[in-house]
Amino acid sequence: MSETPLLAVLDLQKRFPLGGGMLSKPRAWVRAVDGVSFDVKKGESFGLVGESGCGKTTLGRLVLRLIDPSAGRIEFDGRDLTRLNRSGMRLLRRRMQIIFQDPYSSLDPRMKVESIVTEPLRATQRITKAKRREAAAEFLARVGLSTTDLDKYPHEFSGGQRQRIGIARALCVRPDLIVADEPVSALDVSIQAQVINLMEDLREAFDLAYIFISHDLSVVGHICDRIAVMYLGAICELASSESFSLAPRHPYAKALLMAVPQPDPHRRVKPVSMEADVPNPAHPPSGCTFHPRCRFAFDQCRVERPALIDAVPNHYVACWLNQGRGVEGETE
Amino acid sequence: MKPFLEIEELSVRFHTPEGIARAVDGVSFHMARGETLGLVGESGCGKTVTSLSILGLIPSPPGEIQADKIFFEGRNLPDLSPEALRQVRGQEISMIFQEPMTSLNPVLPIGRQVAEPLITHKGLTKSEAYEHAADWLEHVKIPAAGARLNSYPHQLSGGMRQRVMIAMAMVCRPKLLIADEPTTALDVTIQAQILSLMLGLKEELGMSVLLITHDLGVVAQMANRVVVMYAGEVVETAGVVDIFDRPFHPYTRGLLKSMPRLSTRRHARRRLTEIKGTVPSLIRKIHGCKFSDRCPYAFEICREAHPQLLSMGQGRFVRCWLKEYPERRQNV
Repeated sequence: MSETPLLAVLDLQKRFPLGGGMLSKPRAWVRAVDGVSFDVKKGESFGLVGESGCGKTTLGRLVLRLIDPSAGRIEFDGRDLTRLNRSGMRLLRRRMQIIFQDPYSSLDPRMKVESIVTEPLRATQRITKAKRREAAAEFLARVGLSTTDLDKYPHEFSGGQRQRIGIARALCVRPDLIVADEPVSALDVSIQAQVINLMEDLREAFDLAYIFISHDLSVVGHICDRIAVMYLGAICELASSESFSLAPRHPYAKALLMAVPQPDPHRRVKPVSMEADVPNPAHPPSGCTFHPRCRFAFDQCRVERPALIDAVPNHYVACWLNQGRGVEGETE
Repeated sequence: MKPFLEIEELSVRFHTPEGIARAVDGVSFHMARGETLGLVGESGCGKTVTSLSILGLIPSPPGEIQADKIFFEGRNLPDLSPEALRQVRGQEISMIFQEPMTSLNPVLPIGRQVAEPLITHKGLTKSEAYEHAADWLEHVKIPAAGARLNSYPHQLSGGMRQRVMIAMAMVCRPKLLIADEPTTALDVTIQAQILSLMLGLKEELGMSVLLITHDLGVVAQMANRVVVMYAGEVVETAGVVDIFDRPFHPYTRGLLKSMPRLSTRRHARRRLTEIKGTVPSLIRKIHGCKFSDRCPYAFEICREAHPQLLSMGQGRFVRCWLKEYPERRQNV
């Protein structure tokens, strides 16, 4: 563990105001990201999983400083991003890029593919027209499109091809880190497989690190080295994909894994349904935020929030059951 | 015994500025009473259009429906008068849609929307209908259902809205429920709740369910039989176990193999098998098999002649030349 990580996030927080206006105070604050810490190594693919509203997208944007955190630190290659000014940030942006979920709204319909793909290049460095076209052609080829596509507009492409254009755009500045926010969720299964394979190939070819944000555990489990499961703005479990899928430990993570319908008609499981919906993030429950929905909650869960600590080496869980209290293994 | 629902040679064309799009091209299948039939395929394969045309809900123009028969309980639905068809809709066949926000009326309280079918179809008085509506909202496990009658859709979460949709579809105790991607817009834990609710109601009311989805996991968990569609055609029909254990059609095989799965062992992680290329345009007339340009096993005849849907015995059907040229299957 001597190696400094590419990205280190320390106790990151983001609050959004609810209501209020220019002159009035907000009615309440939503803690979208509430004390998150993790790191990503060079070339690693790190998954953020959770249901709508858990804060995974906000976290992804905070990491790139597309929005500013309320508190906490983000260290990229040893430098604290939260202290950088605009031009310092601009220089670092070249090393961190983003791929969006919706391949329809994330490409400007009035720009040609060449300009779309090279936009990050133009934003970060001076470059001649000829060089730009060359770069665009090179990266289009890398994502499986051809040079004849350079002068086309986004509407001439299918969803999967558009997502490839988005990937080429992120790649063209040769970043070290790509935040991919639900990059395959809008795609059909057969196209999804093409894009996942492409992303794996590119990771190897360019030694990329990914922060792969998704609601789909099977996709994240397939592509990622490590997985962090988020619930109401915080990480409740963090482990390697294998360790996680072999033995998830947090009751929420378990329920999430169990809820994925298995493509196997021989194993029909009656889902253990969690009562009630996700609570309102503006008024999160006391103690462990999952306790009102947890079957194993006991007194301590209602008053004190458990820290994310390693239950077994490199497998972190934020749950009182895994911290000496409660009975280990009674969870089935 | 006569099948409960029997569709023969259903074709739906749309007149578009670019030409005639064959959204559904000679689709035939049947359903038995009490059965859950999974209709599977990717975007644009015609699964939704098929279900809408059963109910006569395709606007014409631009749509144009042709069918040898759409028999439902002994009646040919296209022969019915609009009034008689309206009685079938809602009373005997009802439908739930993917996006519960856009399919509920935003300006009417949910109680009124659930009560409405009872007033129009069953001739109940307003107060009787509201009483029933409250019962049904409770039945679909909406907390404090009585007090929720006057709530508007925007005051409910996505899962709750889908419960309201289900209550609306159920109040008249239909014989057939058409569920078009009923859980696609929902988080997995909410999906698990809705699926278990649907299973319970199906057993209780003895209804049949036509489940339209792109999610093979949902199909494996819910369906008795499966119809796989590709580019407007049925390519394979079989019992759910056969589809998952012994898929015949290369498209079905490709779909199953392209699904990412959580693996418990690092080295067991394999590259996803992708289906090359994209779905063909519905406008271009294809002489051979519509899947031939993406099929890894295609040979000469596949590109020249269109395969028929052939019986494989035991209610299995497949549309593939490999059925007629078994020696070619050696390479499969």
